Amino acid sequence: MEQIRNFCIIAHIDHGKSTLADRLLQSTGTVNERDMQAQLLDDMDLERERGITIKSHAIQMDYVHEGQTYTLNLIDTPGHVDFSYEVSRSIAACEGALLIVDAAQGIEAQTISNLYLALEHDLEIIPVLNKIDLPSAMPEEVTDEIVSLIGCDPTDVIHASAKEGIGITDILEAIIHRIPAPKGDLQKPLKAMIFDSVFNPFRGIEVYFRVFDGEINKGDKVKFVNTGKTYEADEIGVLKLQQQPKDTIKAGNVGYIISGIKVAKEVKVGDTITHVNKPCEAVKGFENVKPMVFAGIYPVETSEFEELRASMEKLQLNDASLIWEPETSAALGFGFRCGFLGMLHMEIVQERLEREFDMTVITTVPSVQFHAVKSDGTIIKINAPSEMPEPNTISHIEEPFIRAQIITKDEFIGNIISLCMDKRGIIKNQVYLTTERVELTFELPLSEIVFDFFDKLKTLSKGYASLDYELIGFRQSTMVKLDIMLNGDRVDALSAIVHRDKAYEWGKRLCEKLRELIPRQMFEIAIQASIGTKIIARESVKAMRKNVLAKCYGGDISRKRKLLEKQKKGKKRMRQVGNVEIPQEAFMAVLKLD
Amino acid sequence: MTVALCEEIKLRQNYLEREPINTVYFGGGTPSILSKDNLSSILETIHKYFSVNHDAEITLEANPDDLNSEKLRDLYGLGVNRLSIGIQSFKEEVLHFLNRAHNRKQALNSVSEARNIGFNNISIDLIYGIPINSHEDWENDLHEITKIKPEHISSYCLTIEPKTVFGHRAKMGTLSLKGEDFEARQYELLIEKLKSIGYEHYEVSNFCLPGMHSKHNSSYWKQAKYLGIGPGAHSYNGASRQFNVTNNHKYISSLYKDNIPTQQEVLSREDKVNEYLLTGLRTIWGVDLDYLKDNYDYDLKKLKGSYVNNLIDNRFATLDANDLKLTEEGLLLADEISASLFI
Repeated sequence: MEQIRNFCIIAHIDHGKSTLADRLLQSTGTVNERDMQAQLLDDMDLERERGITIKSHAIQMDYVHEGQTYTLNLIDTPGHVDFSYEVSRSIAACEGALLIVDAAQGIEAQTISNLYLALEHDLEIIPVLNKIDLPSAMPEEVTDEIVSLIGCDPTDVIHASAKEGIGITDILEAIIHRIPAPKGDLQKPLKAMIFDSVFNPFRGIEVYFRVFDGEINKGDKVKFVNTGKTYEADEIGVLKLQQQPKDTIKAGNVGYIISGIKVAKEVKVGDTITHVNKPCEAVKGFENVKPMVFAGIYPVETSEFEELRASMEKLQLNDASLIWEPETSAALGFGFRCGFLGMLHMEIVQERLEREFDMTVITTVPSVQFHAVKSDGTIIKINAPSEMPEPNTISHIEEPFIRAQIITKDEFIGNIISLCMDKRGIIKNQVYLTTERVELTFELPLSEIVFDFFDKLKTLSKGYASLDYELIGFRQSTMVKLDIMLNGDRVDALSAIVHRDKAYEWGKRLCEKLRELIPRQMFEIAIQASIGTKIIARESVKAMRKNVLAKCYGGDISRKRKLLEKQKKGKKRMRQVGNVEIPQEAFMAVLKLD
Repeated sequence: MTVALCEEIKLRQNYLEREPINTVYFGGGTPSILSKDNLSSILETIHKYFSVNHDAEITLEANPDDLNSEKLRDLYGLGVNRLSIGIQSFKEEVLHFLNRAHNRKQALNSVSEARNIGFNNISIDLIYGIPINSHEDWENDLHEITKIKPEHISSYCLTIEPKTVFGHRAKMGTLSLKGEDFEARQYELLIEKLKSIGYEHYEVSNFCLPGMHSKHNSSYWKQAKYLGIGPGAHSYNGASRQFNVTNNHKYISSLYKDNIPTQQEVLSREDKVNEYLLTGLRTIWGVDLDYLKDNYDYDLKKLKGSYVNNLIDNRFATLDANDLKLTEEGLLLADEISASLFI
């Protein structure tokens, strides 16, 4: 145990986490040049494109220091606010953390919140100033920021450039010297915590864990404490570049277990693995992951419902945080109401359905969960506008609020405060981290930030703002259900729950957006927004006037047939409501208001 | 080129299974640049390898500036009995805008000269939807028709194709069309005017005095077999369509080696049905639902009944003894409608 070091990397997107991880793997000889793929730890295409490690992984390195071989377990952490619970579990599996800060950018909000998490878990922090080679690097300022944040000595901050290979040995030495070896009792009952899982289509779910006490052996009968399920440890091992099966994993170490689990839902991050015969107490901090954003997912082709179900089931095998149940929409037919960790998670699910399963789907207006409180105090949870009860049957509506931390340059404070006020926010605190950088704290309705808040924040601050948030509870709000009608038929998939003060503006803008997105058809289309029976906005799409090619002679017929076949195919991607054909993107129109 | 064309005619003498020929059409560009001898040898070759009906319609497409009286006399003498003249507009500014080589005077003269020489079946082309041409300008253009009374008029909406001068200008942002409403209005003006002076609107872009339909073009819309000779020409034999290589040089060098440089596309049942719909719906003859059902087992009334009824209720179409025909309103949306009725 003395020779084990468990650590994670805390970094903002683009601050160089993945590149640094690659360098560590190279320096320790875990991978050779030939195997080296840029940004090795992010192995899903999507992750690579978005530059975000969505699902955490772990990798074990061997490092020889003064004749002694050390085992270094690097536990990767996701870098997006949608996945903060997973981050907390990865942190709980470590004794130390590398805090990577871009020397040109400074610390961002997400980094700070993860840093706080690490400090809560008593992790030893090794600050690393990355991208030191950039001409725009400001090592003194950023070092000051780090020092004032974690109270370390400026000389503790390692200067590095993962890209250029500068400072890598210093980092490895610091890991050995500064991060404490894990503590654990080999004699106690097995206590291991799950921090991640991965779906393997041939072997079922691979579960990654950290052993705190005792040891796990191949063939042991084990129990997952929170789900209560028992399994046999068919295979256990450590995670090198490839899995390396072992007979035993002892306290302090990190490993994987394969036990024939087929569904990701059975594996909950933060759950405890123990022996069936000699159980331990559960590791503290376990939570069931709660979805924050809800939306309907429908096949574009109604006949593809069963195919979509099969795809969703497969997707859920390796994405336990995705939840769904069947839902019916008058406009869209059969589909699923899904719960996501956040908007990024929603986009990822949609893209994976399209890329990995070749499904074309319509995603409806995303919504948060509202509570309708009846006069006797009972709560009805509302995950979709269609579930909104008639106003006279309830006492009031409550909506989820968050506390948001925004770090920015002081010149953008004004812009950001007016954005947050516009989003019904209340400013709670304002702290200068340095003479230029400010941390603002707001309380905001979650529904106001799920759509485009982050993009707006980035634009207003020219990219110099970062955001982190946590849920702080439900508060009473005057929410109303806004409906959209096309030629008098209500399109349930376009309904939304919005604040009364914003309903008129919302209705007006949504009608305008729909007028742009719905192509002219053979009949004029009336677009109306209403609250209850009251029409609050209207627009119309004029009837199509002309759709006919001029020439159609001998040499034109083939080409023209193909052209019209393509036109027909385009129509198939649209949804028919009454006699109106609605393109897929109209259902997402809400996201593009402005 | 003429040698190659004659060679292709010879090589493909059996394509139409020796059925007699009712129409010959020189088109696709400006065949009027062919010399008298060239034209004569092509026609002779056709007569040598095909049996051409004595009253066959023999059309030649020409630009007004190519049609001087000598040329017209030659053509008439060779047996050309129908002219399709690319007049496009009677307005100087518009002709200039369209990069045409002729002027208003030549446009008018070409028709009167042809009449003098004896041509009694003349078609002219006109273009509408031109950005610099207001509705009033267009009405003036149409008024010229009353003076020259051609037997046939084809009128097309200006479209911008990529890789053309206009395509380039559109890409650079120096040219833009006026859009659907503008074009639709000019199309309506066209129909109103021509109908009021006795023309029959028998296909989306085609009008004629009674009985003067283009026999040649009508056969494309009636699924007749046709043989196309020359680079880029298409042929159809009832089962497949063939299209020749478009490059002149490749065309000639291939025929020099007795090879017809052509590709073939075999038409499936779906292709045939869809082509029947898209061509038929453009004409006053419409599509025969019984024909579709009997020949292709495609029961439009059963499969698209509510759509068809909707068309009829909203006066986009009529159903008359199981012939589905588009109204003038429907013709404006012919592509939209036929695509919706496709298999």
